[in-house]
Amino acid sequence: MPSFATFGNELYTGKRSYNFVGAKKIWFIIAAVAVALSILIPVAKGGFNLGIEFRGGSEFTVSNVKTTDATVGEEAVTDVVAGSVPRVANVAGTTMRIQTDKLTDDETLRIKEGLTTAYGVTDNEVTSTFVGPTWGADVTKQALIGLVIFVLLAAVLMALYFRTWKMSLSAIAGMVVTMFVTAGVYALSDFEVTPSAIIGFLTVLSYSLYDTVVVFDKIRENTAEIDASTRRTFAEEVNLAVNQTLVRSINTMMVAILPVGAILFIGAGLLGAGTLRDLSLALFVGILIGTAATIFVAAPMYAWLRQNEPDLVKQAKRVEQRRAAAERTTAPAEPAQA
Amino acid sequence: MARTGLKKPGLRVLVWLGVIIVALTAVLAGGTMAGKASWAPKLALDLEGGTQMILAPKVEGGSDINEEQLNQAVAIIRQRVDGSGVAEAEISTQSGRNVVVSLPGTPSTQTRDLIQASADMNFRPVLLNGAGAAVPEEARAPEDQLPKPTAEPANSSDTNWITPEIYRQFEALDCDNPSQDKQERSDPAKPLVTCEPASGTNPAIKYILGPVEVKGSNIVTSSFQLQQGAQGAVTNEWAVNIQFDDEGTAKFKEVTERLNQFYVAAGGESGTDPKAQFAIVLDDQVISAPRSLAVITDGRPQITGGFTEQTAKALSDQLRFGALPISFEIQSEQQISATLGGEQLRMGLLAGMIGLLLVVVYSLFQYRALGFVTIASLVVAGILTYLAIAILGWTENYRLSLAGVAGIIVAIGQTADSFIVYFERIRDELREGRGLVSAVENGWKRAKRTVLASKAVNLLAALVLYFVAVGNVRGFAFTLGLTAIADLIVVFMFTHPTLQLLARTRFFGEGHRFSGLDPKRLGAVPLYRGAGRLRTPEDRPAVAVRAKNAGAAAEAERRMTIAERRQAQKQEQLAGSSKSAAKENK
Repeated sequence: MPSFATFGNELYTGKRSYNFVGAKKIWFIIAAVAVALSILIPVAKGGFNLGIEFRGGSEFTVSNVKTTDATVGEEAVTDVVAGSVPRVANVAGTTMRIQTDKLTDDETLRIKEGLTTAYGVTDNEVTSTFVGPTWGADVTKQALIGLVIFVLLAAVLMALYFRTWKMSLSAIAGMVVTMFVTAGVYALSDFEVTPSAIIGFLTVLSYSLYDTVVVFDKIRENTAEIDASTRRTFAEEVNLAVNQTLVRSINTMMVAILPVGAILFIGAGLLGAGTLRDLSLALFVGILIGTAATIFVAAPMYAWLRQNEPDLVKQAKRVEQRRAAAERTTAPAEPAQA
Repeated sequence: MARTGLKKPGLRVLVWLGVIIVALTAVLAGGTMAGKASWAPKLALDLEGGTQMILAPKVEGGSDINEEQLNQAVAIIRQRVDGSGVAEAEISTQSGRNVVVSLPGTPSTQTRDLIQASADMNFRPVLLNGAGAAVPEEARAPEDQLPKPTAEPANSSDTNWITPEIYRQFEALDCDNPSQDKQERSDPAKPLVTCEPASGTNPAIKYILGPVEVKGSNIVTSSFQLQQGAQGAVTNEWAVNIQFDDEGTAKFKEVTERLNQFYVAAGGESGTDPKAQFAIVLDDQVISAPRSLAVITDGRPQITGGFTEQTAKALSDQLRFGALPISFEIQSEQQISATLGGEQLRMGLLAGMIGLLLVVVYSLFQYRALGFVTIASLVVAGILTYLAIAILGWTENYRLSLAGVAGIIVAIGQTADSFIVYFERIRDELREGRGLVSAVENGWKRAKRTVLASKAVNLLAALVLYFVAVGNVRGFAFTLGLTAIADLIVVFMFTHPTLQLLARTRFFGEGHRFSGLDPKRLGAVPLYRGAGRLRTPEDRPAVAVRAKNAGAAAEAERRMTIAERRQAQKQEQLAGSSKSAAKENK
């Protein structure tokens, strides 16, 4: 088995090459199907499973409890509504506060009974009321405004840095694919959407653009003097840059995903539902998709956006001529390009 | 490290990094000794618990609060809480009637006042003022000398508002020892006798104020800044700016037209006519009573005089958050435990540790000895982040939630990426046949651009979300920005200088098998290729420059390619037996 370093060398020199740019049609179709599925899944499931933080819910207050153990309260709720994630807290000494998702009247009564026995209190020491969302419409609105401003500014920043809006557009397209697919996978998991999950999505958003900028910077470097070269066409240079940064992409993805995977599979596996599971699932999926989207969507899209520019068409012709000339003077055994 | 001495590149930067870490530690130690900071970072509501306050909103006029007003109340309280730091408070409604605020730790009196502060703010003209203390019984005006209204008051500044009854109330009022009794909310159509509490070096002052002229709800926004002088130069005076809406602008113009006449009539700057002042009244207490130095026609008055940065910010906050016709009464205030057990944090940290261990193993596998540089850099990043969190917990009330802890663990990935980008660039340079010292320098030049551009994206996200978003998202933005900055400091001030030094050691410089920078393993093409031909580093292998004669260029390129291929093949065959190929700079 060739070592990873050899693998990297071969990618660098172009001896080994994966055709990311050339096979762009396949990747675009896969991406389009994935995005379409990601939109269909939540629709088919009747929307996202929003948590109490977004929709509000029921709150039980149990006074004069015999024990302040949170787990008995959680069990009293999960016995009635399986799979829910109650938030139990101890308030001022001998009072417990239990918050759950919206409940039916029947569920409310049964949980009330369960709490009465669980905490060893009398009927009138358990009261229930409705609580509003902590993550209200105002928080969502501000977060969305922030997102739009960020994406616009990031697009401008990238366009200025790379000196072409086509890179901005490709990077944003890669990011959009990442966000849709991550949200789709999250919906498929049927996990509750909590503020932690939203935080995870935001992290993925910034990671996705970040990752694309790193790869695009190599593309910029490789294609800076494309006019003066007949070695490779523009699309081939883009493909080479992606191949050259492939080791980086794999290494970065691994380093980013190892701690997240540890939290997802070890932490959340032991603890079950909660902040850690929601956050790490969003991140785990998002980092994988984000890395892939840069390679399979953003970079090929950039090559595709520019392939019809007159200068580049001329350059491609020159490369062809040069290759044809080389063909005439050498034995065909020598592969002209990677 | 073979030789030492400040002449070595990189060493000076490392010393500076040490200075920064020591300075941060000293700041934190100072804060801890003063009893204000602590070595451990502050924890947020979900991990530490805190205080839960149930607030009952009261609408002016005593009517029931509707849903829209309740949502407005939540938004305003969130703004007030966010304004006092990044503590990630939880704010929700209860039973469609009350607002529940949960804050981590024990809220300071300042925070409590800010949340509770009713938003009943308005502007009244001053009729009379006096020293804060109550007038002694024997010194009070005799019955026949009391001011008696002679006519119906013509406007709010008319002294005919002062009845004997009000004057007696004014005399008896003691602003040095204000009573703690709850007062009924004053009638906006009637004059008001009230205090401006003592603050800092300013003594308390008492006032008789005319009826309300402009309401606080007419304020659009407020800010504070250093005052601009006549030539547009910034002076050392702090000023508070107010911006009124259309209604407020019209009314304020009318008021200042009247008040400014008193100001001019009393002799301008040296005048002492209290009627030239208007009072900003919050909760029936005067928070400031500036004189009207000019007629304000554009609805953008500026208040100046004796502000410090803190007092200017405080007044500006009060004005900005004050524009809500709802007041709050704290119904209950209770301790609340953490909503996530300590188990969650322990498991999170345990999982994070396992994850980190995997990162260490992976780095060593991928980068051999160079992996230790990654690990050392992550440790330095960890120290910087920890110090920053502890210090910001003290100064900005920054608190770590479980999501924040997870965010920091995730940041390991992005921090490590800077090194990976850098190391891969160095390897690329080695593959081009450079010696390690120049490979480090050239690789850095290229990696620096990439690192800066990509971190700019992260910083941009952090900045925009911090300033635009509220609540949890704001806390997230803070963490994101913090880790991005720590990362930049580490890669610029630790990783690169360390590599500069390591490149001069024998182990790395000669490309030991386990150094992770072994040119043979990387398939390097040496600069000197025999037969008297030298290749410059800039001249990439097999990149032909466009020539007029395409055929000749192609021919040249082709030959070069074959030469290169053979060289590379030879390299591969000889790998393991021949000596290091890179001799440059040795």
